[in-house]
Amino acid sequence: MQNMQISSADLSDSAQMKHPDHLEIRTFGFWIYLMSDLIIFSILFATFAVLGRNYAGGPAPKQLFDLPYLFVETMLLLTSSVTFGFAMVFLQREKKQQVLVAMLITFVLGLSFVGMEIHEFYGMITTGAGPERSGFLSSFFTLVGTHGTHVSFGLIWMTVMIIQLVTKGLTAGVRSRLARLGLFWHFLDIIWVGVFTVVYLLGIA
Amino acid sequence: MFGKLSFSAIPVNNPIIMLAVTGSLLLAVVILALITYYKKWSYLWLEWLTSLDHKRIGVMYIILALVMLLRGFADALLMRSQQALAAGASHGYLVPHHFDQIFSSHGTIMIIFVAMPFLIGLMNIAIPQQIGARDVAFPLMNSISLWLTVAGAGLIMVSLGVGQFSNTGWSGIAPLFEKQFNPDTGVDYWMWAVQIAGIGSTLTGINFFVTIIKMRAPGLRFMRMPLFTWTTLTTNVLMILSFPVLTVALFLLALDRYLGMHFYTNALGGNMMMWNNLFWMWGHPEVYIVILPAFGVFSEVVSTFSRKKLFGYKSLVYATAVIMFLSFTVWLHHFFTMGNAPEVNTFFGITTMLIAIPTGVKVYDWLFTMYRGRTTFTTSMYWTMGFLTVFVLGGMTGVLMAIPPADYVVHNSLFLIAHFHNMLIPGALFGYFAGFQYWFPKAFGFRLDEKWGKRAFWGWLVGFLLAFMPLYFLGFMGMPRRMEHYDNLAWQPFLIIAAIGALFILSGIASTGMQLIVSIKNRKKNLDTTGDPWDGRTLEWSTSSPPADYNFAVIPTVQSMDDFWERKEQGVAYERPEKYHDIYMPKNVPHGVFVGALAMTFGFAMVWHIWWLAILCVVSIIATVISIAASDDREYVIPAAEVQRIEDERFKAMASSIKPAQDQQTEN
Repeated sequence: MQNMQISSADLSDSAQMKHPDHLEIRTFGFWIYLMSDLIIFSILFATFAVLGRNYAGGPAPKQLFDLPYLFVETMLLLTSSVTFGFAMVFLQREKKQQVLVAMLITFVLGLSFVGMEIHEFYGMITTGAGPERSGFLSSFFTLVGTHGTHVSFGLIWMTVMIIQLVTKGLTAGVRSRLARLGLFWHFLDIIWVGVFTVVYLLGIA
Repeated sequence: MFGKLSFSAIPVNNPIIMLAVTGSLLLAVVILALITYYKKWSYLWLEWLTSLDHKRIGVMYIILALVMLLRGFADALLMRSQQALAAGASHGYLVPHHFDQIFSSHGTIMIIFVAMPFLIGLMNIAIPQQIGARDVAFPLMNSISLWLTVAGAGLIMVSLGVGQFSNTGWSGIAPLFEKQFNPDTGVDYWMWAVQIAGIGSTLTGINFFVTIIKMRAPGLRFMRMPLFTWTTLTTNVLMILSFPVLTVALFLLALDRYLGMHFYTNALGGNMMMWNNLFWMWGHPEVYIVILPAFGVFSEVVSTFSRKKLFGYKSLVYATAVIMFLSFTVWLHHFFTMGNAPEVNTFFGITTMLIAIPTGVKVYDWLFTMYRGRTTFTTSMYWTMGFLTVFVLGGMTGVLMAIPPADYVVHNSLFLIAHFHNMLIPGALFGYFAGFQYWFPKAFGFRLDEKWGKRAFWGWLVGFLLAFMPLYFLGFMGMPRRMEHYDNLAWQPFLIIAAIGALFILSGIASTGMQLIVSIKNRKKNLDTTGDPWDGRTLEWSTSSPPADYNFAVIPTVQSMDDFWERKEQGVAYERPEKYHDIYMPKNVPHGVFVGALAMTFGFAMVWHIWWLAILCVVSIIATVISIAASDDREYVIPAAEVQRIEDERFKAMASSIKPAQDQQTEN
């Protein structure tokens, strides 16, 4: 656990002056936040693992899940991660217009994902397969819904960033926030891969 | 419009509660009137409530902890007196339903609103200075954490007068806390208060973890960090990893209660044991979250007042790390009686016993640090030695209960109550009091009175022994916890002794109050002009007391462990730089207070089903966060000339009042 050796010469005048709340520390802090968020999802996965077979005489996954529909939903979210990646590439090339276009496409894809999820939930609730029906459905709605809520917060954040891009331009602050939004967005993508596998594929299998 | 809320929510027919409510309100009115009379509102708002200075946030945390300690201890007095009275034909003076709420709020308050804010307050005051930093990594988030904790505490205080509090213990009882069995507001108050404060703690964990990893002064390698910094680091890891589990556990309960889902119900596929597992997956690491920082304080105190380097520094660091890992592997020992397979219980029994090993290592390290040291018996040392003596006993009863068959005998008896109070009062609280005494001069510029400090210690020590040793016996005699009345008259003498013990603890708490009054009155006599009242070893003693906003005019470069001590030995501790630089510090902003107020209102609205208000609060919190993200200009400059002026003044004051010993050092 040896920390790297830092000599006093490394601590330049500017380091003595600046409040060190700078971008690197924020990015590191955001990683740590993501780790704590990962705990939230892992506990929800564990809850689903425990309760996910408790149908209590209600509907089971086979009657509820529509895989082709979910495939489209999944592709929307995965593609949105790619388009966000393009936004970051344009950001490095200082092309504000292209960044904006890529962000807007990402936003539309994310919004469509949330829309499809709400539609899926709505269909289940109106046919008597709501979250209060069984332990399985409680843990299903909570796990998938928590992910969807995260994506929705990501969309709010994206809206804020699109406004900041227009009003502030490519400032250092905007760049660092975009980088963290990117981490968040890709993180949700990874979580979704887990949800799709554990909840839907294994549920039907 | 107001959901379930109406005037019938105020328990006017319970004289004890109404007395407490009236007392609290009167006290609040007096404080508010005094602030208004002395025209201190704008000072309070600008310099304290909206402050992002970690030292002031730390002080506010500790004030919260001390206030809530009074509330939690009032609950304890009620319980001890009720149990001393309510034997056989007598039923005491508390009705069962009220008694249930008292033990629930006592536990919740002591853990979440005394221990947590106390340790986070000490962290705030000491950590940035110990690592040679000017602030924490995220000053505004620090303020938000503080006000979320205050919001949770506020909700508990409101529950005293409006509606009721939970009757299912501080750790919750599934499925008793479900809507079906508990339709009233009590469980909701408990749930939201803990939830809101818990989110604040997660943020604190992230903040201080990043601070310690990223903002140490150059040269302060991991293996040179003071022990308090180490224990804080491990505590923060535990907070980051375990508090989200609590967040989910309480969130699932909220879904059960508000949307009729089935997580912890006993019907339609719910699973009651889910609750116990999830709660203690947070709950056991939480024990180490509150106790490890206290271990850090003991290490600092013992080393400073023995004038010695810590004995076995490396073993202390590794023991701390081992405790951190093991703390995640023992949660099941809270419910051996669940009926697991024997191998499961055996596994958790062994891991539990393993924790005694690193802890034992630590005890020996502290003892050997004192051995042949030039030990001075200050109040902080009293707390430390009291801890060393009594804590070992609690540890041994813990190892006893780690054996599953033995646990079957004493599970949920008063033996358990005696055990965990034996860990948490000497282990955690004594440590906080030692730290309170130790860092008070750093925070305020004058020392606390030693005589009253020692009286407080004796009150607590004798009171603790009288109040909890009888409970070990009662546990063996078969008395379960949480009884508001009992028929076995053989228990009563022990419970009377325990009640007398509580009175001794009361005298300890009163002594701490007197200590504050006397110390503030005589502060001129106890001024700390050097910034180093104890001849300390670590970096925080190289700043002035209280430190300037920026802590360090020049960020120190660390050459060794106990760097400040080494520099004093070499006579270079107080060398001044050739020139000073401008320093950028965060501006005070009110967002933290806003978020806290909104979170508390949100909790209240959820408790009383006032949906429009809850939605309004959530939207406002999001808007506040967006406004934080939109502001790029959050710092102000302290010009080099101003830094020079502050430092000149400091060195002038030091020179005029310097102790002879240090005089020699500066001349060398």
